[in-house]
Amino acid sequence: MSAAAPGTSKTGHSDVVQKKKKGPGALATAYLVIYNVVMTAGWLVIAVGLVRAYLARGSYHGLYYSIEKPLKFFQTGALLEILHCAVGIVPSSVVLTGFQVMSRVFLTWAVTHSVREVQSEDSVLLFVTAWTVTEIIRYSFYTFSLLNHLPYLIKWARYTFFFALYPMGVTGELLTIYAALPFVQKTGLYSITLPNKYNFSFDYYTFLILTMISYIPLPPEKRTNALWKEQRKACRHSEYPSQR
Amino acid sequence: MSSVWCLFSHPKDVGITSAMSRTTFFEVKILDAKTKEQLCFLDKVEPYSTTGDIKILFHKLYPQWYPARQALKLDPKEKSLRDDEVLQNLPVGTSATFYFRDLGPQFGWTMVFLAECVGALLTYLLFYFRVPYIYSHRFISTSSPHPVVTLACACHSFHYGKRLIETIFVHRFSHGTMPLRTIIRNCAYYWGFSAWLAYYINHPLYTPPSYGDLQVHYALVLFAMCEIGNFSIHLTLNNLKGDGSRGRRFPVPTKNPFTWLFYFVSCPNYTYEVGSWVSFSIMTQCLPVALYTSLGFLQMTIWAKGKHRAYSREFKDYPANRTAIIPLVL
Repeated sequence: MSAAAPGTSKTGHSDVVQKKKKGPGALATAYLVIYNVVMTAGWLVIAVGLVRAYLARGSYHGLYYSIEKPLKFFQTGALLEILHCAVGIVPSSVVLTGFQVMSRVFLTWAVTHSVREVQSEDSVLLFVTAWTVTEIIRYSFYTFSLLNHLPYLIKWARYTFFFALYPMGVTGELLTIYAALPFVQKTGLYSITLPNKYNFSFDYYTFLILTMISYIPLPPEKRTNALWKEQRKACRHSEYPSQR
Repeated sequence: MSSVWCLFSHPKDVGITSAMSRTTFFEVKILDAKTKEQLCFLDKVEPYSTTGDIKILFHKLYPQWYPARQALKLDPKEKSLRDDEVLQNLPVGTSATFYFRDLGPQFGWTMVFLAECVGALLTYLLFYFRVPYIYSHRFISTSSPHPVVTLACACHSFHYGKRLIETIFVHRFSHGTMPLRTIIRNCAYYWGFSAWLAYYINHPLYTPPSYGDLQVHYALVLFAMCEIGNFSIHLTLNNLKGDGSRGRRFPVPTKNPFTWLFYFVSCPNYTYEVGSWVSFSIMTQCLPVALYTSLGFLQMTIWAKGKHRAYSREFKDYPANRTAIIPLVL
């Protein structure tokens, strides 16, 4: 822990030095711990909500509606993580994190929320489950790492479950977008046609198809490798003994 | 690949004159940066030789790796050595080891600029003349009823035509070459956007500007001024380089009124370029053009800020009131 009292300029300077070389300062660490705990709790709420709804209904259809609000809230809250990278308290790339978070937010709001008809699809449950398990593991991983007390179980889970959860999530997402296509085409959702004053057009239907295509070449290069690298980096970072 | 020995006993063969007979010659070993295999051993290298000279020697043995393609470093993880680094000034003994990396096929900047400009120019024309398969087939080879569309084509073509002429006759590029990947990326950017803009402007459903001829004419005047301005700045910068002497000076305003923007900004060529595209956006009232303009503005601001910083650092007497690209603001 930094020897200087918080709030003094000396802390500020050492915090900056620590930011640049050795990770977040004391205040930032406290904030991040709170953030990660809250997120873990949030996704646990979603998990519990899913289980309870399943037990109540007896089937796994239409479970989206029971966790719609917490899902939107906590997934959108993940946008803060881009800020964390930009400010420097988390050692990740802004671009990479931005890409990942935005793709989740896009699916939550621009596809699932916007196209009502897909909300009852089973593919939604597929990716929601994948996200829930992934995020619970991920946020608890970060929480424990920040407290320098990472149980091996969580680290193992993060690496191992990835292989099942990632394809599960991708499949759920792709199927959902695919299910949304006919409704988007029929209603012309989020689309602009010619002629108009500013001579611009946008076809959301084509955009969704391009999005689906982008899933394919990206995983082997960017997403999987990048996620993998980031996980390994995060693990390595947590393995270093306390620097303060 | 098996390691190869090459022995150069007579420096004169490779253009290095052996001036004094009592100089300590250097030995140079060149290893592959990845495999660490020895690719070449040079005996009796003049201590005054530069990295460039060594690259020429290396090229003689490996004709497929012309000097522009070679990256030589003292350590595989370090940055490449500049071509003008002198051997005896480097932190090596009389026996130097260089690591070689192949940078891939390289293209001169002139080639690159030509490819970008010609591509952008022709792509737009494809849409202007409405070649088949772009728009609905009843519009093939028709022309738009709006005069502004023809004007826009003329302006766009003029802009890239001017760039072509400048590339051939005016610009003197400082860096030597660019790798293939960069060219493909650059061409994709220019050609792609040219196509995207041209698609909307030449579309059968194109809507002319809201304020009609007034808007178009004002935009045209602004466009012409920015083009002339941009050209003037390029001429001025060119004359700066052509002064011959090694003394470097920063650009200053001349008698040409268009260069008076130098009183306010470091890179008026970028200012005028942004101005051209803004006026083109107004002329066509086309959102994609405005988006392209914004992207270009972003990129040029980054370049201008870099140049501005470089000028400020290099010249102690650099005018303090100059900003990078937008007078008084940016």
